[in-house]
Amino acid sequence: MTDDLTHMDGNCLAGPLSEILAVEPTAAWWRCPQCGRSGTLAQLHVYGPEPGMTAVCPGCAYIALRLVKEEDHVWLALGSGTSAVRFRTA
Amino acid sequence: MRLSWRTARLVERRAQTATARTLVLTVPDWPGHLAGQHVDVRLTADDGYQAVRSYSLAAPPDADRIELGVQTVESGEVSPYLADELPVGADVEVRGPLGNWFVWRPEETRPALLVAGGSGVVPLAAMIRAHGRAGTAGPLTLLYSARTPDDVWYRDDLDGGGERLDVRYVYTRRAPLGSVRPPGRVARADLDQAVARLVKDSPVFVCGPTAFVETVSDALVDLGCSPDAIRTERFG
Repeated sequence: MTDDLTHMDGNCLAGPLSEILAVEPTAAWWRCPQCGRSGTLAQLHVYGPEPGMTAVCPGCAYIALRLVKEEDHVWLALGSGTSAVRFRTA
Repeated sequence: MRLSWRTARLVERRAQTATARTLVLTVPDWPGHLAGQHVDVRLTADDGYQAVRSYSLAAPPDADRIELGVQTVESGEVSPYLADELPVGADVEVRGPLGNWFVWRPEETRPALLVAGGSGVVPLAAMIRAHGRAGTAGPLTLLYSARTPDDVWYRDDLDGGGERLDVRYVYTRRAPLGSVRPPGRVARADLDQAVARLVKDSPVFVCGPTAFVETVSDALVDLGCSPDAIRTERFG
């Protein structure tokens, strides 16, 4: 993937996801439905953190998850669709 | 998991380079951590504005003391303040330990390779220090890319590691007088020598700026390292 924006990787999801998940997430396994590559969440490429974090497949840039933090909530969307879940964190 | 924010007090600040600092904080009831893990640090301004940044833990756990490595980023919002202005004795908040994938465990007996680009050496220093305490762990090789000899962090730890720690410096802008290798970015020949001690499926940890991590991990795969054995951490 080539672009001008610098990305980080899924290691930086550990803190934000710890607000809504019970299990440490960066070692979790993920498989890309578009290109078939698999690996851990730590290996995803992550753009952000503002206005939200977008984690994509390192092979084909398919969107794996998006995370947006508001004052009292965290929004989590898995995959590239418009479905999202809002968690109350405060 | 729902990690809560804990109050952490700055108890010591040490200069590592002209722009890099070691911050020692005490965190009551710190649960311990693994080498390679990081914390999120939260600062709150008088007007309530908050900023959160991630920093790698630079040393293994020492009761309730944790050590962070902070590199000042010019025009950064948080790092210049943490590096030079936050007074010793002041409190911040930390959340962690975080991350369970980019970690080296003391029970690891295979030789391992660590590759650092600039301040990417911080979590790898935690691995080297944990390795020093774990007598039975396999040997480590550190390939450390820094701009000049003045930009090397943790020099005393790195140069006093004995036979079980092989440290190779790559200087990108200025090498010491008499150095055989001319200054330049990590090249295939550097990596070729660094992988010499590895065995099949030896763990490899690469940490640094994104472009550095991509270049190095691609070259390591070309040299025969298994992509599954390479763990990476990029900081943008």
